[in-house]
Amino acid sequence: MTGVGFGAFVRRAHDAGRLVVQPRMGMSSPERMRAGLLATRNATATTVGTITLDSYTRVGDLESAELAVLEGVALNGYPIVSHDRATTLRVLDGIHGPGFPVQVRHGSAAPQHIFRALTAVGLDASEGGPVSYCLPYGRVPLRESVAHWAASCRLLATVGESGAEPHLETFGGCVLGQLCPPSLLVAVSLLEALFFRRHGIRSISVSYAQQTDPGQDAEAVAALRRLCARHLPDTEWHVVVYAYMGLYPETEEGAYRLLGKAAELAVASGSERLIVKTVAESRRIPTVAENVAALEYAAAVAGRTPRAPLEATGTQTYAEASALVDAVLELDDDLGTALLKAFAEGRLDVPYCLHPDNAGFSRSYIDADGRLRWADIGKMPLNGIADVRPAQAVTSAGLLESLSYVRRSYDRYDPEDTRSAEPARP
Amino acid sequence: MSPFPTSPAPGDQPVLVAGGISDSHTWNLVYLQLLLEEHGQRVVNLGPCVPEELLITEALAHRPALIVVSSVNGHGYHDGMRTITRLREHPELTAVPAVIGGKLGIAGPCGDDEVAALRAAGYDAVFDDSAEGVDAFLRMLATLPQRALV
Repeated sequence: MTGVGFGAFVRRAHDAGRLVVQPRMGMSSPERMRAGLLATRNATATTVGTITLDSYTRVGDLESAELAVLEGVALNGYPIVSHDRATTLRVLDGIHGPGFPVQVRHGSAAPQHIFRALTAVGLDASEGGPVSYCLPYGRVPLRESVAHWAASCRLLATVGESGAEPHLETFGGCVLGQLCPPSLLVAVSLLEALFFRRHGIRSISVSYAQQTDPGQDAEAVAALRRLCARHLPDTEWHVVVYAYMGLYPETEEGAYRLLGKAAELAVASGSERLIVKTVAESRRIPTVAENVAALEYAAAVAGRTPRAPLEATGTQTYAEASALVDAVLELDDDLGTALLKAFAEGRLDVPYCLHPDNAGFSRSYIDADGRLRWADIGKMPLNGIADVRPAQAVTSAGLLESLSYVRRSYDRYDPEDTRSAEPARP
Repeated sequence: MSPFPTSPAPGDQPVLVAGGISDSHTWNLVYLQLLLEEHGQRVVNLGPCVPEELLITEALAHRPALIVVSSVNGHGYHDGMRTITRLREHPELTAVPAVIGGKLGIAGPCGDDEVAALRAAGYDAVFDDSAEGVDAFLRMLATLPQRALV
């Protein structure tokens, strides 16, 4: 905890009463990437920058990323490994620094090449995790992902020897984005943070993605904070809330209302950072202007929301998350081994995840009150803890209905909400 | 829904479902599996991020009635072109029905030129992710041989 870097910046903002807001943003053109970072920095909000990488770089298909750079084909993110170092240094020149840290977001189960490229240009903040960037994301065996992430953490930690404080954020609070009960999100996020810590990272953020019910979300963040306090001593940590990661509302009003709820969740729960979503989310990759509008809107909502964290431990979400974490930690002293055993035994089991290393017995549903619940806990150690209600067989129409629950709820005209509604734009 | 990732019904030809080469999204694939099963098809779901080689290996192993490539990450056009080009190069896979659908371009749906190029490269049909796209996909399914629905 040296007072430098991404984590320290967020800590200072929190101490000053401000929520840090951040976009998801990545363009393959260096000029456009630089313009996006500048616009983020100049937004009327306390911001950090994002360079989101393209999918080819994420899956390690550097040949395709390089070809796209050579031919000038637009990618869905910034190919940090394929642009030469000087190019990326020009993108960051005069922008990245103590007053505006930049994080690289990617999605890789084998991020060594990414971490090498980002440290080579003076960056030291990234995100992911051995579980969350493996199981939902592709076909890399979990065993390989765990080994890759252990090596990648150590690689990033070596930057700390030169006085920097490298920072990693877990993606475990998101997993498949929707329909995962919050207790499992909390458990995976915490376990990934612990994995980072044990592999030498001392500045960590733990993610939690907004789900279907604000009350359940508040419980989940409170549980996550409590578990971090218990399991992460000697660590600089904060919580980052992701605005909803599933099917986003299609109306501008619905999109902003959902983002506003995410900002309220972040501040009220005592969280330090929020990653926003935009009005364009349901249709395409957002523009820089749409991202800036989302950042400023979220910051404005945050500014008028009081901190009011819940008591952490008395909730269903805490009981389940705590049981899951303990059941994994008791499997082995080596956390990587423990995670592998946990998934092999089905102690952790992500509903609907198609990865061969996920047991695939668990199922979830959205209850009438909007809460995510277990329809089947599979072999997870939640007997007598979780309230399990076997559901009807899932149909394609039923799945779509569940997946679009949040979209529908927020797009729907609601007179009560409209009376008290925020202006649709900041 | 049948147990993941494949639904057993020996004897007949399955439908292979695959995410784009660089596409990590899963829900589109879960949805397609359910939809196909409801229309009497057996599904082998290869999950997200399916490399060309894996799709070719699985296609040779399963001899599918149909290959469905689904992509929503914006790389669908480029990934989809690569996949179908490699697939059609294989002498035993020149005729297997193959379709692609989803959000295929970074800026949203593909243009007419891209759709034409995907078809010229070997896809039998190209669908967007609208309700009309799903309807068109179901009409296409109706032309395939079905298992008896129980």
